[in-house]
Amino acid sequence: MTFDQLDPMPTARKTSNNVAFGWLLACLIITLTLFGADAAQAQLRVDISGTGAQQYPVAIADFSGDAVGSQVAEIIRADLTRSGQFRLIATTGSALTADTAIAFDEWRTRGADFIAHGTVTRMPDGRFEIKYRLGDTVKRGPLDGFSVSGTEKELRRNAHQIADRIYEKITGIKGVFATRIAYVLKQGKTYELQIADADGQNPQVALRSREPIISPAWSPDGSRLAYVSFESGKPVVYVHHLTTSKRAPVANYKGNNSAPAWSPDGNTLAVVLTRDGLSQIYTLGANDGANLRRVTRSPLIDTEPVFAPDGRSIFFTSDRSGSPQIYQTGLEGGEPRRISFNGGYNISPRISPDGKTLLTVTRRDGTYRIASLNLTTGAESLLTEGRDDQSPSFAPNGMQVLYAAIQGGRSVLAGVSSDGRVRQTLSVLNGEIREPTWGPFSQ
Amino acid sequence: MSRIAKALTIAALAASLAACSSVSLDDKAGAGGADGSGILDPFNPQSILAKQRSVYFDFNSYTVSDQYRSLVETHGKYLVSTPAQRVVIEGNTDARGGSEYNLALGQRRAEAVRRMLTLQGVSDTQVETISLGKEKPKALGNTDADYAENRRADFNYKR
Repeated sequence: MTFDQLDPMPTARKTSNNVAFGWLLACLIITLTLFGADAAQAQLRVDISGTGAQQYPVAIADFSGDAVGSQVAEIIRADLTRSGQFRLIATTGSALTADTAIAFDEWRTRGADFIAHGTVTRMPDGRFEIKYRLGDTVKRGPLDGFSVSGTEKELRRNAHQIADRIYEKITGIKGVFATRIAYVLKQGKTYELQIADADGQNPQVALRSREPIISPAWSPDGSRLAYVSFESGKPVVYVHHLTTSKRAPVANYKGNNSAPAWSPDGNTLAVVLTRDGLSQIYTLGANDGANLRRVTRSPLIDTEPVFAPDGRSIFFTSDRSGSPQIYQTGLEGGEPRRISFNGGYNISPRISPDGKTLLTVTRRDGTYRIASLNLTTGAESLLTEGRDDQSPSFAPNGMQVLYAAIQGGRSVLAGVSSDGRVRQTLSVLNGEIREPTWGPFSQ
Repeated sequence: MSRIAKALTIAALAASLAACSSVSLDDKAGAGGADGSGILDPFNPQSILAKQRSVYFDFNSYTVSDQYRSLVETHGKYLVSTPAQRVVIEGNTDARGGSEYNLALGQRRAEAVRRMLTLQGVSDTQVETISLGKEKPKALGNTDADYAENRRADFNYKR
């Protein structure tokens, strides 16, 4: 697995296939030698287009002290670039350590409002210590400082943590670069549930199966995944502990068991069962599957539950009006309220962390696109162009949306900023990526 | 669009029937012909119950059309006469749309078949309906004919 490194040049760009592939091979070698990655199973290419409404000009100097310092800086630059909220200022010729007194006016003249610099030290036990500093060239003073140490394998994660600090110090919003994503990679007849860093790197296989896996859902603390596996010949909901790899079915009733969603406290799962006929929504205990309760009662389909951030209501898809639309219901019953009205096909509701925005997959003129609905004003915007965009999920800070798209006949991982301005795709060169879902903030 | 899809469905259907047998459904149900198609045994590959176990659906349709009624009735008769035999009816959809919503739609197709069986007197304990949604397509392409092949409910008998 590798990463198309981004130039430390102003704003984003589109990469042509040939150039990207050349980079890919070069970077694959770097990745393998410097970071001891496992044999590459899938190769990723990242393409970015568009720019954010506001871009902060920031300079990220190569970290000094050890050869990996430039790679650490490169990971940070790539993170900030993907967000679309930063414009990278070139740092060529600078030789800064964590202790260098920064010439703020000089960096201000170069166009940088912020300058990050640091030192990487290889310690006697082989671990790396990274010291980083962030300076504000307008206020001419330090903005942040931080030290972290870890093994060679943890270098990427530590670089993402620094990128998160830079992002938060400058924007005031918590960063998501050190978070993880889950998705299903289909290669031939094999399905793999994989967990990767938010930039698609460092993929780990949580489950490998010859039968489909769909609808992975992160527990709020990031320790477990619920998902639907067809390994027994039909859809059954499992809960999988990521650290121990222990897994067990939590919903295995007659008929289908699917669409798991976690309550915000992590104690309850909403699931969809067909034990009483067509798909209906139930809740049960996330640990033992006990206390089964039916939540919806309709003669047709109710599916794809998601809890509101306050845990008191559920958004879901229902075709009770004749076409699939999004509804909201309290957990104690009561008449569900219809939420979506634009178009004849709205499915896969996802609520933003602040509860104010609802994503759906909407069908318009035969194409499936990701729509964003402002729940306060009712205003809708289409974030993507289609034509087969599915499985949206919010980053835990609500600033980005991850989804599955088809490009050039392949299933790829795609991202779009919540305002629709910046788009990126992460394409796997030897497989199809499906059902992506963004994990919570790391604990 | 829907008419084209329908025409293709029928074409795909005719092709699949032709591949199975040259005898019409009604004849086979009661005939007991020399080819073994009259044997009501889902585990005998020659039996009509093994050969004709798919119900096809039109685009956006979740009801069993007239042309499949006799097929479902043949399975129903067998299940009524063999109360210990269990069957799983597996609903499928074409590839368009979301995974979970398609899973729910496939279930509607399987349930449509189960309701017919129930009316014939088949016990609920004999039948489990499940859906594979769009996850296990029989036809892997993206043509209308492929989509039609995947809008289907299958009888899957359990030993």
